[in-house]
Amino acid sequence: MTRTGSERLVPRFGATERALHWVHASGFLAMLATGLVLYLPALSELVARRNLVKNVHLFSALGWAVAIVLVVALGDRRRLAADWREIEAIDADDRRFLRGRRAPQGRFNGGQKLNVLVTAAFALLFALSGFFLWLGERDHRFLFDGTGTVHETLTLVALGLLVGHLYLAVIHPSTRHALRGMTRGDVREAWAREHHRKWVEELERGL
Amino acid sequence: MHDRTIGRAAFLGILGAGAAGLFFGRDALRLAGSVVPDSVEAVVPASGWRIYTIGSSIPSIDPQAYRLTIAGAVERPVTYTLADLRALPRVQQVSDFHCVTGWSVSDVRWAGVRFRDLLDEAGVRPSAKALRFVSDEVPYDDTLSLPQAFAADALLALDMDGKPLSEAHGFPARVVMPRMYGYKSVKWVTRVEVQTHLDHVGYWELRGYDEDAWIGDSNGL
Repeated sequence: MTRTGSERLVPRFGATERALHWVHASGFLAMLATGLVLYLPALSELVARRNLVKNVHLFSALGWAVAIVLVVALGDRRRLAADWREIEAIDADDRRFLRGRRAPQGRFNGGQKLNVLVTAAFALLFALSGFFLWLGERDHRFLFDGTGTVHETLTLVALGLLVGHLYLAVIHPSTRHALRGMTRGDVREAWAREHHRKWVEELERGL
Repeated sequence: MHDRTIGRAAFLGILGAGAAGLFFGRDALRLAGSVVPDSVEAVVPASGWRIYTIGSSIPSIDPQAYRLTIAGAVERPVTYTLADLRALPRVQQVSDFHCVTGWSVSDVRWAGVRFRDLLDEAGVRPSAKALRFVSDEVPYDDTLSLPQAFAADALLALDMDGKPLSEAHGFPARVVMPRMYGYKSVKWVTRVEVQTHLDHVGYWELRGYDEDAWIGDSNGL
C-alpha cells in the first residue's frame, strides 16, 4: 500500500488489465459509432459515405482483434488468468449483492463480475457474427438467417450496458472513484474498504 | 452449484445462445416481435430498411429536370420525363425485399411500370440480351438478362407503400427485382441500356458479389 498525503491508496488494476480495458473500450466505441451509422436509416442518410464508414468499421474490428491478442500475448497472462478465475466465481455474497442486498464484496463485486462475463461473451459473439456478415456478402452459402439479428441485438444490449457502465464510472457519486482504478491503477483504501471489503481484508492478511 | 460453475455457465450460456442465434435469431425475434409494442419496433429498424449508398451523399433529383433515357439495341432511343413514366401502364405488387447483407423487409407495396411496357415505345431489337440500369449515383449500375427483367414481378418502381419513392429509396425511379438480392434493384435509375451481350457485371459484382443474385434457402426463404 502506498500513501499520498493523508490518503492511503491500494493498487487495483495492473498495466495489462488497464490496457485490455482501454483497448476494448476504444475498439468498441469506434465500432459502435460507425456501426450505428451503417444501421440506423436516419444516420445513414445523414452521413451517406457508406463505403468509407464500412471500411472504418471493418478495420476497427481488425485492429481491435489484433490489439486484444497483443495485450494478452505480451501482457501479464498469469494475472489475467487469476482475474478470470475470480470473475467466474459468483459466490454467496455476490449472489446476495446481485439480489440488491448488502454483502461484502471482493476486488470485483457481483455486478462487475457479471459485466465482464457478458462483455467477454459479447466480444466473441460480435466477432463471430461480424465475420459471417462479412463472409456472407461474398459467399451466399454463409449468409445465415439470423447473423444480422445477432449482431444488432448484441449492439442494442451492449449499448444499454455501456450507458449503465458510464453512469457508474463517471456520474454516480459513490462509485465513480472506481474510474481512478482503471486510469491510474490505484484507489483510496477507505473507498475500497467500503465497496470491496473482502478484497481489502485479503490485502491486509497479505494474500 | 460450485461458485465458479455459475460464472462459467453464464458465459457459455450467452455464447451458445448467440451462436444458435446465427441460425434461428430472426425466428426468435419474430416471436419476440409479436409481444413487443410497435413503438419500440419503430425506433429500432430490426425488421425494416437500411439505407445503402456508395457515394458521399444521397442523390437529390429535381423531378422537373429528371429524364430517363432508353438507349442501346432499340429501334429508336426514347427519353421519358417523370410525367411520361407516370402515364405508362401502371401496375402494383406486394413483394419482399432481401439484402445480401442479411436483412429483409416483408410485404413492401410497390407501384410502377413493367419493363416490357417501359421498352415498348423504344422497341427492343431481336439481338437484345440484357438491360443495364445506370444510376444517378455514379458509378453504380447493374444488369438483368431480358428474361429476368421481363419476369412477372420485376418492376421499375415509382411508388413505395402508397407514396412516391423517397430520395433515400431511389426517387424518382428504381428497379425492383424481389427474387434477387437488393444490389440488383438499382436506385435513382436515369438510363436503361439495352445490350446485345449477356453482361451481368455491375458495381457490386466487380467488388466480389455473386453475379447470380437469386435468393436461395440461405436467406431464410
